[in-house]
Amino acid sequence: MAKFKKDGKREVPAISTASLPDIVFMLLFFFMAATTMREVTLMVQNSMPEAEQTVKLEKKSLVSSIYVGRPTAQYQGSYGTQPKIQLNDYFANLQDINLFIQSERESRNEEDRNNLINNLKIDKDVTMGIVTDIKQELRKANSLRINYGARKKL
Amino acid sequence: MAKKTPEINASSNADIAFLLLAFFLATTTMNVDSGLFRRLPPYMENAEAPKVAKRNILQVLVNRNDQLSINGELADVSTVKQRTIEFILNTRNSKDKPSKKVVEIPLIGNTDVSNGIVSLQSDKSTSYAMYIAVQDQLTAAFHEMRNKRSNSQWGKDYDDLSDEQRTAINKAIPMNVSEAEPKNIKK
Repeated sequence: MAKFKKDGKREVPAISTASLPDIVFMLLFFFMAATTMREVTLMVQNSMPEAEQTVKLEKKSLVSSIYVGRPTAQYQGSYGTQPKIQLNDYFANLQDINLFIQSERESRNEEDRNNLINNLKIDKDVTMGIVTDIKQELRKANSLRINYGARKKL
Repeated sequence: MAKKTPEINASSNADIAFLLLAFFLATTTMNVDSGLFRRLPPYMENAEAPKVAKRNILQVLVNRNDQLSINGELADVSTVKQRTIEFILNTRNSKDKPSKKVVEIPLIGNTDVSNGIVSLQSDKSTSYAMYIAVQDQLTAAFHEMRNKRSNSQWGKDYDDLSDEQRTAINKAIPMNVSEAEPKNIKK
């Protein structure tokens, strides 16, 4: 017959958790590297319309964004409430778009230059007047690939 | 003899790391841009609009009150898709719908290609949301036609095709959406 020993020496040793922080740090670094913080601070209201047929923009390096919307509350005092165009970190006029496209092209490498996609991130309350003006400017700048920013309707 | 310092308990290290991890998870967004892709026509100085036979044009108008009309009749946005499909395909070969031309396309061979053009016109005061809704319907219409075509041709969905097959389908059903310069459309 087996004897039950009760001398306490046969306890399973506690699993060392010393490497747990390492694992978690690894996860942390992954997330820090994989995600990007928004590179421009939005100065305009930007709630995009919804559409069913949206496609994702795969190559991030080709995308340059143009924001359009009403200035947010903190800028309304100095810029009014009419829809404005935001390029990078400043409010722009229609004439600035050409220059903006030039500089965006300059910052890409040779083979990407002609494949630039202009991502038009336009607030859904904006009227078409300003949108068509922008499209016209883009045509003049010969940057013809555009993406009407829209969220996927679920 | 120097006193041994007791080992510092490191078990809370994990908690701190978890806290940081949770913070980054909450604050960052895996933000993928999405939208409707279009290619603009090149810019030309005082270009005159090419003359197109009336039967080949489906006129979609959106006025300043976000009301939509197709060929002059008021219509609802949700009908745009069906109307576009009927217009482009013209299955009954009727005289007031677009004519077709025979084109030789690699991988498919000789096939009928519709001459139909959807002319989308918006007012300066049309809301962008409405415009996107119409564009969405048009995209859906062409996507459905291409999907049907690729299913009858290769028995596969359009999205599953290879690049060459997709270009062939795109040639067989070209997305002819023309956007005229905006006007102030009267009510």
